[in-house]
Amino acid sequence: MQRIGVFVCWCGSNIAATVDVEAVSQALAKEPGVVFSTNYQYMCSQTGQDMIQSKIHEYNLSAVVICSCSPRMHEATFRRTCEKAGLNPYMVEIANIREQCSWIHKDRAEATEKAVILGRAAIAKVQLNAPLTAGTSPVTKRALVIGGGIAGIQTALDIADAGFEVDIVEKEPTIGGKMTQIDKTFPTLDCAACILTPKMVDCAQNEKITIYAYSEVEAVSGFVGSFRVKIRRKARYVKEDVCTGCGLCTEKCPQKKVPNAFNLGLDTRRAIYIPFAQAVPKVATIDADYCTMLRTGKCGVCSKVCEAGAIDYKQKDEVIEREYGAIVAATGYNPISLAQFDEFAYSQSPDVVSSLEFERLMNAAGPTGGTLLRPSDGTHPKTIVFVQCVGSRCDGAEKGKPYCSKICCMYTAKHAMLCREKYPDTDVYVFYIDVRTPGKNFDEFYRRAVEEYGVHYIKGMVGKVVPENGKLKVRASDLLDGRQLHIDADMVVLAAAIEPDKSARPLATMLTASMDTNDFFTEAHPKLRPVESPTAGIFLSGACQGPKDIPETVAQAGAAASKVIGLLSKDQLTCNPCVAAPNEMMCNGCSSCEKVCPYGAITYVDKEFRGPNRTTLIRRVAQVNPAVCQGCGACTVACPSGAMDLKGFSNRQIMAEVDAICL
Amino acid sequence: MSVNESFRPTIVAFCCNWCSYAGADLSGTNRLNYPANVKIIRIPCSCRLNPMFILRAFQRGADGVILCGCHPGDCHYTTGNYYARRRMTLLFSMLDYLGVERERTRVEWVSAAEGAKFAATMNEFVETVTKLGKNRRLEDLRCSK
Repeated sequence: MQRIGVFVCWCGSNIAATVDVEAVSQALAKEPGVVFSTNYQYMCSQTGQDMIQSKIHEYNLSAVVICSCSPRMHEATFRRTCEKAGLNPYMVEIANIREQCSWIHKDRAEATEKAVILGRAAIAKVQLNAPLTAGTSPVTKRALVIGGGIAGIQTALDIADAGFEVDIVEKEPTIGGKMTQIDKTFPTLDCAACILTPKMVDCAQNEKITIYAYSEVEAVSGFVGSFRVKIRRKARYVKEDVCTGCGLCTEKCPQKKVPNAFNLGLDTRRAIYIPFAQAVPKVATIDADYCTMLRTGKCGVCSKVCEAGAIDYKQKDEVIEREYGAIVAATGYNPISLAQFDEFAYSQSPDVVSSLEFERLMNAAGPTGGTLLRPSDGTHPKTIVFVQCVGSRCDGAEKGKPYCSKICCMYTAKHAMLCREKYPDTDVYVFYIDVRTPGKNFDEFYRRAVEEYGVHYIKGMVGKVVPENGKLKVRASDLLDGRQLHIDADMVVLAAAIEPDKSARPLATMLTASMDTNDFFTEAHPKLRPVESPTAGIFLSGACQGPKDIPETVAQAGAAASKVIGLLSKDQLTCNPCVAAPNEMMCNGCSSCEKVCPYGAITYVDKEFRGPNRTTLIRRVAQVNPAVCQGCGACTVACPSGAMDLKGFSNRQIMAEVDAICL
Repeated sequence: MSVNESFRPTIVAFCCNWCSYAGADLSGTNRLNYPANVKIIRIPCSCRLNPMFILRAFQRGADGVILCGCHPGDCHYTTGNYYARRRMTLLFSMLDYLGVERERTRVEWVSAAEGAKFAATMNEFVETVTKLGKNRRLEDLRCSK
């Protein structure tokens, strides 16, 4: 029988307001094995923890039950507390009487009764707890960053700075991501390329960083400290180590009608291309969908003009396998498709553009060389209408996203300001639901657009855009004075909502990292662990975790890097001791457990057992590798003889909880 | 069996640590109410749920048992919830054969972000089981107080 101490937390008034904590601690004091029971205002505070430690000594406690917030919150805290007092950390059980009791029930009697039952279940479980010792596993001192945008670049640079090797996997032919397409950045209006491209070059030149551009992660196995990752290096049909990036092939290629994805299809490029002048690595790539040689076998112009002899039409995808200690997801975002927003005539008129397309039209390296021209006829637009929240904050609607995309208010203010600055004769209207500009110098920036640059901000949504005689007739309502507005615009710019990149969902499945309903990666704790995934060893950087602007992305990238550095600077990792273990006397070596194990942690060994009449029997029994087992418990249920059990969540423990709840 | 107004069923909810337990926490954080008769047992993964635990719960007087896990494809352990789904399908058809109403058991996928779904599911499940009344089919009267 254990000597159990019960500690009931008030959590200020969070628990004490709906649960009679005194009654709970008194009721639980009567449970078998309980030698001490008390309640306190803040159990997690220093005073509370000190009290737990002193009571462990005073009453010679062998197990502790804490009735408090969710174990997801403070289980680790209380385990450390008890460990310091000389108790095995796995002799602690938490009864969740906050998130799963006091916060959801209003009736005090009901909530108190439930808290007692939850405490009783924890006591019944802890009776059967056994001290567990965690094993260790080695750490591979290399990190993988998936995604080579500003988030991935910053994470990789910071990790490399601490002296660890980092690999960046980027699916596009160059690193740089969305930021390369942006012209100026808010709120300082410095040029995106000027602040990004030096970082890209730093990545390429840093000997600790390896860039796998035009590559994708294909499979991930293993666990924190030793992940094995298969990376598919897609065929560029150009030898990356031979190509000098001179660009001659991209001028001579006869296939000129390829939509230029970098400029969002606003102009064309050749079938062999370098996405933009500052690409890293600066290596040409053949677009197999358009290359005449690859499609028909006749052409070969690029091969003839290439002095370095880098063209290789027979190149195949290559799959390499590497080991990593930690993985950072930095897969970023994309604007949503606007095809479904018929009311804004996006598919009908080339003069209705998305904000990212507008960004290219304003960019000195863009299709128009930085002169703002209408895509339809190449004239200067005189009246420009910006529509915000296209697809953002559409709760309950069948199209669009329920969340705020966060960056649109600021970049729209930036676009409007830049238009007025470059072309003071243009009329600029911005239609908004709310202007949201929290952030350092953000609101000042927006007010400058309105007050100094004379941008017309109108609260209201645009109902319809009709292309007519080369103009765009915008129908909208001004919500503040209730007027209907008719504006003949030359150009309409839609601030499309942003969504996680399509590659994020399959990646999350490979990493066994969780995602929310909008396909953003979930963090381990929304406030206290914002850059870690709930899956150990997986970290999050940038907009794959939620909409973010560049300063926030860079901050988060640095935070993720510091977490990775913390992990990689350890030589050994403590494993989860709650792993499966077979009772060898009951195991008959049937292989049922091995078949269901997702980690291949189970092997079989022939062991000697004592048989009848002093004979020796050799039987095949299961053996679990505790460094590989993650403790899911699939094998415990598959085992037909009941030999396999999970430490910390044993059959008897769960049954004891069931009994305590039902009886 | 007639619906007894004062009858409060005993419901055991098994929640996987990674999705549904976090979802249950989220419904608490958002102060979404559901009846106090639902008591949650944390298990590492829905595949840890031995069918015996459900039988044990009914034997000890539970009126309904619900298993919540990560959505198919989202399992923290990759495949755990697929095993759980198959095992529960088998168990539920056996319970059906034994005369335990099909509505007393349920498998529901609740992600860590679906606090509202967790609360709604529990409300609805408690209502369903309350209408069914006390479970007497597998209850072992020797076990009760």
